[in-house]
Amino acid sequence: MTERAAMETKSILMAGVGGQGTILASKVLSEGLMRAGYDVKMSEIHGMSQRGGSVTTHVRFGSKVHSPVISEREADILVSFEKVEAVRWLVYLKPGGMLVVNDYEIHPLSVLTGEAAYPEDIIGRLRDEVPGMISFDAGRIAEGLGNVKAQNIVLLGALTKGMKLDHIDWPSVLKDLVPQKLYDLNLRAFETGASRLV
Amino acid sequence: MREIMTGNEAIARGAWEGGCHVAAAYPGTPSSEILENISRYREIDSEWSVNEKVAVEVAGGASLGGARALAAMKHVGLNVAADPIFTMSYIGVNGGLVVITADDPGFFSSQNEQDNRWYALHAKLPMLEPSDSQECLDFIRDAFELSERYDAPFLFRVTTRICHSKTIVEPGGRAEVPIKPYSRDPKKCVMQPSSARLRRYVMEEREARLREFSNNCGYNRIEWGSERRIGVITSGVSYHHAKEAFSDIEDEISFLKLGFTYPLPDELIGKFAREVETLYVVEENEPYVENFVRQLGIKCLGREKLPAVDELSAGIVRKALRGVEGTKGYAADITPPPRPPVLCPGCSHRGIAFALSKYRDIVVSGDIGCYTLTVMPPLSVTDSVICMGASVSAGSGFSKAFQKAGDSSSGMKVRKVFGMIGDSTFFHSGITGLIDAVVNKNSIALCIVDNRITAMTGHQENPGTGRTITGEATHRIDLVQLCAACGVKPENIRKIDPYDLKDTERSVKDAYNSDEVFVLITTQPCALIKDVQRRRAGVRCEVDQNLCIKCRACMKVGCPALSFRDGHIGIESSMCNGCTICAQVCPKHAISQSGEFR
Repeated sequence: MTERAAMETKSILMAGVGGQGTILASKVLSEGLMRAGYDVKMSEIHGMSQRGGSVTTHVRFGSKVHSPVISEREADILVSFEKVEAVRWLVYLKPGGMLVVNDYEIHPLSVLTGEAAYPEDIIGRLRDEVPGMISFDAGRIAEGLGNVKAQNIVLLGALTKGMKLDHIDWPSVLKDLVPQKLYDLNLRAFETGASRLV
Repeated sequence: MREIMTGNEAIARGAWEGGCHVAAAYPGTPSSEILENISRYREIDSEWSVNEKVAVEVAGGASLGGARALAAMKHVGLNVAADPIFTMSYIGVNGGLVVITADDPGFFSSQNEQDNRWYALHAKLPMLEPSDSQECLDFIRDAFELSERYDAPFLFRVTTRICHSKTIVEPGGRAEVPIKPYSRDPKKCVMQPSSARLRRYVMEEREARLREFSNNCGYNRIEWGSERRIGVITSGVSYHHAKEAFSDIEDEISFLKLGFTYPLPDELIGKFAREVETLYVVEENEPYVENFVRQLGIKCLGREKLPAVDELSAGIVRKALRGVEGTKGYAADITPPPRPPVLCPGCSHRGIAFALSKYRDIVVSGDIGCYTLTVMPPLSVTDSVICMGASVSAGSGFSKAFQKAGDSSSGMKVRKVFGMIGDSTFFHSGITGLIDAVVNKNSIALCIVDNRITAMTGHQENPGTGRTITGEATHRIDLVQLCAACGVKPENIRKIDPYDLKDTERSVKDAYNSDEVFVLITTQPCALIKDVQRRRAGVRCEVDQNLCIKCRACMKVGCPALSFRDGHIGIESSMCNGCTICAQVCPKHAISQSGEFR
């Protein structure tokens, strides 16, 4: 860690809906960061989150990380696995931070029953607020690769690119953490995601 | 080798390293993964206990028998276990004994936010409070030996952010500790008044020795800054929030970091306080440390600056203590629709909840589990949730109140009371309430929603599943026999298939019309059980758009696989497991099941 000894802590917030795979993505991320020699802390909430609720995972890394939790306005990057969740957690994004939004909708029960409306033009309105916002349909990309469930790894690929973490050997981390028969799919998902950010 | 571990994984590892022999727990977020991880170590005899009181008694007995033992639970579980804990504090230990309490500041998955550090003070239990995964491992590894040295059960207090945060740890090897010899010692172990009184004096003497340890141990340490302008006393995860809140001037700030928080170190706190100009106490929820500091006659700032409710963060501490508001953040002019957790598609609780939702004149006394979620629209069936097991006994109370009201005001119909409780929760603490209802002739219809697993906490085995924590086959407790043994008349015990709405509604009606204690037991397993998912993977429900009249009757079952979009009812095939509840409520038979069971 000597060459990065004075590196300040970076904060990554992943937001999504229970069942979207934010936890696996953050597991791969923190394992890779640890192997690269950073101090890493990751915080996630289990429990009710499995039942389709709104979920977040906090990952923080640097030469010495204190709190495992990201405070409001302090995330260097917010990667939202679902559009409405980007709005819900936007207050955590640091001014000048990077916003990556999966152009993907999961309707909460109140919207499904027709009682509430799913907000319109979220992407456009978010872009007005955060001009450099990056958005693509990771679900469709993952579907094209063979399994919509790999969208979490597509987004992880984009995230590592956005955070300039290309120097980490992600394929070997994926190899150790995802089931063997899904490795090829996940590697392609990761690389496709990374290629969305240049 | 460095590994990244959650606090719960690190506790399991540390218990193994510390020579733990016996571990018992009842699952509860955020503590559940402690025993799940411990059960993978073959050197430790692990069990899912029926409830937390049982877990502490099993661990307590194991300790007296000479084994190093632990019991783990969530904060409210300690209330259930309080009875043995208070008296085990008098008895002390033979093999080291550790009780883990996982508190939940921020209400992530709990019915209250109680701060269990008060239990240490109340029961006079020495307490360790780690602040990250490495400390979880180190502290619990040491706790067994300390417990033996001071002849006291140790309370090990963690919080959600400790349990479920991953930080880097360096694991070590296991200390093989032999089981200590057992010899009968009634004066120490039989707590009747004469011996308990003597033990009470022993506890006072123990407390003095522990206080001295607290003042001099490595778990409590001062980190002097370059200046003595600001000093911060803190413990647990709050230590890291406080460090970060001052990170720009970290070198200047002095910290008293507490890891051994009962008894608190009076001399160390005094020494620290004398040196610093302004003293802050940073802690979540209750002013536990702060009250003690004030009792010592030391001026400090804490609760008047920091919020009393919810978890802390570095940002909250920074704003509270330094008045620093961060730069203005982003805000999109969009109100996101709320996204609370909901009953899963195909959930076996939906059918009976739907049947209950049709009655306007009932009260449903609820309990702790996934079925608590039936409180939300469109089902909206649960009236109250207090604690594990309260569905039955609070239901009895409701029934008594309504009976009284019915007696006094003529013509007023007595409201029918239903209880709703899961299989694991019924075993945990519903049985006593059921016996109470039968014996005292309290009129209640109890729905035991048996989904063959402890679902909400992540699928742990329970007495109804026929498996132990390690997956070994074991005796399975039969709910029908159990209810009959509690005195419920056999003709008032009904097993129902909650995927069959007609059957379910008929039985609910019978229960509604009965004045006696009535029990309905549902028989479909949790839709998330792997075997169930495999069996139903090819089964789906589909809407025939030609038959659908868009009346939206199906939406009233509250299934997240169903949607009403662009004027059409749709069923998301990747979510549907073909339970057919929606199909059964459709007046036009527009929904049908397709595919094959495996």
